[in-house]
Amino acid sequence: MTDQTAAAPRAVKAERHATLRRLLGTPTGAVASLVVAAFVIAALAAPLVAPYDPNAIDPINRMQGPSAAHWLGTDQLGRDLLSRIVFGTRTALYIALTGTGAALGVGMAMGMIAGLGGKILDSALVLLNDSIKSLPLVLFALALVTIYGASVPALIVIIAISMAPGYFRVVRNQVLVLNNADFIVAAQSMGASRLRLAATHMLPNLIGPILVLIAMDIPAVIGIESGLSFLGQGIQPPQSSWGNMLSEGYTYVRQAPHIAIAAGLPIVLSTIAFTFLGETLRDALDPRRAVRT
Amino acid sequence: MSAPVLALDNVSIRYPSAPAAAVRNVSFEVGTGETLGIVGESGSGKSTLAAAMMGLLPRGSCVTGSLRFEGRDLFGQMTERDLRQLRGRDIATIAQDPFTALNPVMKIGRQLDIFQHWYHDRPRAERKARILEMLEQVRLSDPDVRMQQYPHQLSGGILQRVSIAAALLAEPKLLIADEPTTALDATTEAQILGIMAEAKETLRGATVFITHDMSVVERLCDRIAVLYAGELVETGTVAEVLGNPQHPYTKALLECDPARIEEPTSELPTIGGTVPALDDRPAGCIFEPRCPSAVARCRAEAPLRHDLGPRRSAACHLVTP
Amino acid sequence: MTTYLLRRFALGLCVLIVSMLLLFVLIYAVPGDPAAIALGPRASEAQKAFFREQMGLDQPLAMQAASFLWNLLHGDFGTDILSQRPVADLVFAALPRTVTLAVVGVIWAAAIGTPLGIWAALRPNTFIDWLIGVISTSVVALPAFLMAIYALILFAVMLNWFPAIGAGEPGDLLDQLHHLALPAFAIGVAWVGYIARLVRVSMLETLAQPHVRTYRSFGVSDLRIALRYVLPIAVVPVISVLGVGIGNLLSGAVLVEVVFSRPGLGSLAYDAVLSRNFPVLLGAVVVTTGLYVLANFLADALIAYLDPRLAEKG
Repeated sequence: MTDQTAAAPRAVKAERHATLRRLLGTPTGAVASLVVAAFVIAALAAPLVAPYDPNAIDPINRMQGPSAAHWLGTDQLGRDLLSRIVFGTRTALYIALTGTGAALGVGMAMGMIAGLGGKILDSALVLLNDSIKSLPLVLFALALVTIYGASVPALIVIIAISMAPGYFRVVRNQVLVLNNADFIVAAQSMGASRLRLAATHMLPNLIGPILVLIAMDIPAVIGIESGLSFLGQGIQPPQSSWGNMLSEGYTYVRQAPHIAIAAGLPIVLSTIAFTFLGETLRDALDPRRAVRT
Repeated sequence: MSAPVLALDNVSIRYPSAPAAAVRNVSFEVGTGETLGIVGESGSGKSTLAAAMMGLLPRGSCVTGSLRFEGRDLFGQMTERDLRQLRGRDIATIAQDPFTALNPVMKIGRQLDIFQHWYHDRPRAERKARILEMLEQVRLSDPDVRMQQYPHQLSGGILQRVSIAAALLAEPKLLIADEPTTALDATTEAQILGIMAEAKETLRGATVFITHDMSVVERLCDRIAVLYAGELVETGTVAEVLGNPQHPYTKALLECDPARIEEPTSELPTIGGTVPALDDRPAGCIFEPRCPSAVARCRAEAPLRHDLGPRRSAACHLVTP
Repeated sequence: MTTYLLRRFALGLCVLIVSMLLLFVLIYAVPGDPAAIALGPRASEAQKAFFREQMGLDQPLAMQAASFLWNLLHGDFGTDILSQRPVADLVFAALPRTVTLAVVGVIWAAAIGTPLGIWAALRPNTFIDWLIGVISTSVVALPAFLMAIYALILFAVMLNWFPAIGAGEPGDLLDQLHHLALPAFAIGVAWVGYIARLVRVSMLETLAQPHVRTYRSFGVSDLRIALRYVLPIAVVPVISVLGVGIGNLLSGAVLVEVVFSRPGLGSLAYDAVLSRNFPVLLGAVVVTTGLYVLANFLADALIAYLDPRLAEKG
């Protein structure tokens, strides 16, 4: 018994290294990890990375196309687009992480209650989550924004509600599997508490699927944030956001299409990178699946 | 005997990325009107041989030696397309597991019609009449009703009769039955074997019957080929081999056959040990590790095939011709 | 079959009711006077009073919830505070345009994505499989409205091949199709990848089933097996996933309509947000939710038809 517990952490560590190797071993996985890392660095070190002050207005150089001085050009007020994109990365990643984090919290709580709380509670929560999934996301968000006003907290609440069902499903299924597992039944008969058991045995099994789900949800959250900001109902100016830039670029689409094109680039790049990251992560965590399908 | 329908000469088969060949240097023949029983444990290469006879080995498999159907080498001279032309017309099969062999979302009648696709130049009514006739031949009750049903609505025995009917509808020159009764219970197995015995009579060609059950061979087959770990250890007529087995493995198989045990005993005899893994074959005789009568020579040297008469042979050092 | 469909229908109805209740909770959880907040500062006192009465704000909470539900479920979404027309009229007038856009978008995506998925499944672990995989994974998360903006810039502003705004002259089918092309393209892009991936996985799973080998052992050609006998089975799980994806599809359509200034549910909702016309938004949400539930019910029915085993299990 003691031998087993001593050996376990080492085995897990070896497994993690293998996962990392598989993640970086595929060309798409390596490129995706690199791009995601670049976005994270851009967000953390925005003032160092950005060539200009994102809010510095330069009326002489309005709506300039890409040049050596302004790699992606300037917007209708002469602000440097690349710098605005870099600072927009902060907003995008902040919303993506807090949004998915809140969704994870809500989904996990509901999943635990459903899995441990008995049949009626379980059915009720499954129904609730099915109902959340049936709400049209953008229209639902617009309705809530009309009542609560457009703000970052409102955005996070909307994302938390609409993304929670994914985490609910993963957590609930895992709890239900463990409920019937022999070793849990045995530990329970020896007096271990259900909640404690759930926490110690379930969390290690959940980390993989949840990481994958987060990586897959981040592109969706980026899409929601930029979509609502594009409609003027998400991030409010002057905070820089890709969606706001798109909205401005859309206004000047005939005079200066490069603004909208530039504003869309980080959205395209980040959604693709996070999707591939999630995909590779899923294959790396479950090598059998990667081979089979 | 006239030219054999199927003739294997030194056939070895290796699956793509497998460490060693699954079938090695197997030779036998099946003539018109004959039924050959291929016997062996699981892992003996029976199903690999069955797949090869149909030309359905996985892409990238390596085949050496010759496997001739009516004189044409399936792997030397024929393209994928040629092989496909044979299947369902000249060569037909009865699958192992009737529960999964049929399309779950299609009615039986439509599936049987699809299997007859080489005969689709015949009028629809004629095809349907043939199906009904064949379903009656395999003693299926209410064939009209069955044709309108889905596989999940039918029992294993009925499904296997449908599979037999499908194979017979092809009017094959070579019928391959790959353990057609292993998925069935004992009573149903007896019925299916009865139907197979009748079906043989109406066939104009040869039959290969793959099984692990000696009593099935005795009941249905004229000739027998005993496989062990991908190698042919003994072959001959059923009467010769079962009456006077030469190879120790054949003897052991017969001793383990419950139908042949005469004295009452509390436990069934088994062959000690297991079939060696593909990448862990002994240097000498392949059966040596499990052989009760092995001698020093068996460990050092693989035995050659000893001919014991016309189309009768055994691969063992202890056999004296 | 009937029991199965009835059960699915009842479940759909439950989902619809619970989602309406969820909306109710979220609306009434707002601090302050819901009428003032929902209608904004510009609303007159009479409008607010009307809203309160209509939403049953003067009644006990349980009664409010009940009348809220009852009104929504029998199609009374209240009155547009600007035009005083019933919201149901506005929403149901806009709905067909949005549904047309969404359906055309999915149809072209399925027409491209399905063959790609089949092709990849027939050549697993080859270069072409990898390439199709990379392309479909790349497009799968691209937001439809961004594709709409890019398509607008490239095909309408720069190349001038397609019109940039509107839905075309009423009665002029060709003109309408011309206006439909870019929005439908934008909506479908992500779905090409989505459908290709779903079809590939489902085809691979079905191709591995033993009955496929039976067809091969009867000499049926591989292409014929894949298209005639495997595809009908492989599409079943794809259809059920598509039913769930209809929510994403409509959300995409809403934003794409705004980009192209196309009349429809999206433009209606967007205008309603700008004028704080809450009843219209509520109506749009409810009708779209109903559409989602209906689409999922139809998908279930189609699946039951395609796979008789499912319907019998109930």
